[in-house]
Amino acid sequence: MPKIKMPRKSTHIDMTAMCDVAFLLLTFFMLATKFKPDEPVTVVTPNSISEIPIPDKDIMLLTIDPRGRVFFSVDNQLIRRSLIDEVNDTKQLGLTEEEKKAFSLGASIGTPFSQLKSYLASAPEQQKEFDKTVSGVPTDTVNTTDQNELAFWVRVARNNNPKLRIAIKADGGAAYPEIHKVIKTLENWKIFKFNLITGLKEVPKGSAAYQIQNQGMKTN
Amino acid sequence: MAEMDVSSGGGHKKGPGVKKGKKLSTRIDLTPMVDLGFLLITFFMYTTTMSKPKTMEINMPDNEKVEVDKQTKIKASVAMTVLLSKDHRIYYYEGLADDPTKPPEVKVTYFNPQKGIRNVIIDKKKRLEEQRQSDSSLTAKDQVTILIKPDVNSTYDDLVNILDEMAINDVKIYAILDISDVDKDYILKTEQANGIAPQ
Repeated sequence: MPKIKMPRKSTHIDMTAMCDVAFLLLTFFMLATKFKPDEPVTVVTPNSISEIPIPDKDIMLLTIDPRGRVFFSVDNQLIRRSLIDEVNDTKQLGLTEEEKKAFSLGASIGTPFSQLKSYLASAPEQQKEFDKTVSGVPTDTVNTTDQNELAFWVRVARNNNPKLRIAIKADGGAAYPEIHKVIKTLENWKIFKFNLITGLKEVPKGSAAYQIQNQGMKTN
Repeated sequence: MAEMDVSSGGGHKKGPGVKKGKKLSTRIDLTPMVDLGFLLITFFMYTTTMSKPKTMEINMPDNEKVEVDKQTKIKASVAMTVLLSKDHRIYYYEGLADDPTKPPEVKVTYFNPQKGIRNVIIDKKKRLEEQRQSDSSLTAKDQVTILIKPDVNSTYDDLVNILDEMAINDVKIYAILDISDVDKDYILKTEQANGIAPQ
């Protein structure tokens, strides 16, 4: 019987292919990554089965934290700029050019108008500190009073961009009266359609929604 | 200073005593590069937010005052009122409760996938369907109508959960309304009847 001679194989593996894959994935993730915008407060949203994604642009975001403080933000920097110009003129805040710029580049605002100037004048680190103790944008169930500063923000923002969609991002633990105030404020401006930001939850098996989803059939 | 070993280029100087340039392999060890690549992938995978947050669209009723005779009346048989209260408790009753002499039977339930509010809604839909067979006054337009009234001590969680139940159970008609004093009274009475200390 002749001996079968096993050819000796090198232990070296060609890494090129693996390297290619690694960098392909790397490129994909780098492009797909969108860093989370700096939020002033951490908000844990409740989950729902709704699968409507949030629109990409023209968003007015009202954040409500567990303590019921309301933060206001608009995504577009140009709108933020014209927004602060108008707020400055109407409310006589006397903001400087730098402070206006700080507003247009900044994140959500949770300060009453009276503290807005000092807030915008401070450094970003100080602003973060300040966000922990700030009272939030004052709201109320009626829009006629000066107390309801959120109503003013919403109105000015809508005037600047009528296409603006309103999204409410509230913490699950926020008390209902605070939510109610925000909703009432929107209602008073005849805004009856808005989005609530929620996490995603699986549709429970056997429920009516599950049947619709799976059969494409409407049940009553 | 500017000496360069060019011997590696040619093999023509073969012979004893001539330094033979070592032939370097053109292969580079790619392992560190792959390591780095995967490290970065891991980093980006963790930081990436692939899925955008989902939203729930909500339509509030118009707050415009509608004249009494133009209002759409809902039938008592389709109506159900859900009161959201403290500690994620839900109080509910059927009918409109417009007769003060006959207070509705208020029941308590919770958010529970097995036997909570979901079953109550499913049951209500089923009974309405049965009623539709026997009662000709009920048309296809008369669908289960749920009035959601969150109390002041409920949370946003409760609101989203109940709206979600509407979606899960395919309830087409529902509205978020302000809680009335009568409803608050119902809660109080039910709490007392069940031995729950009033807040």
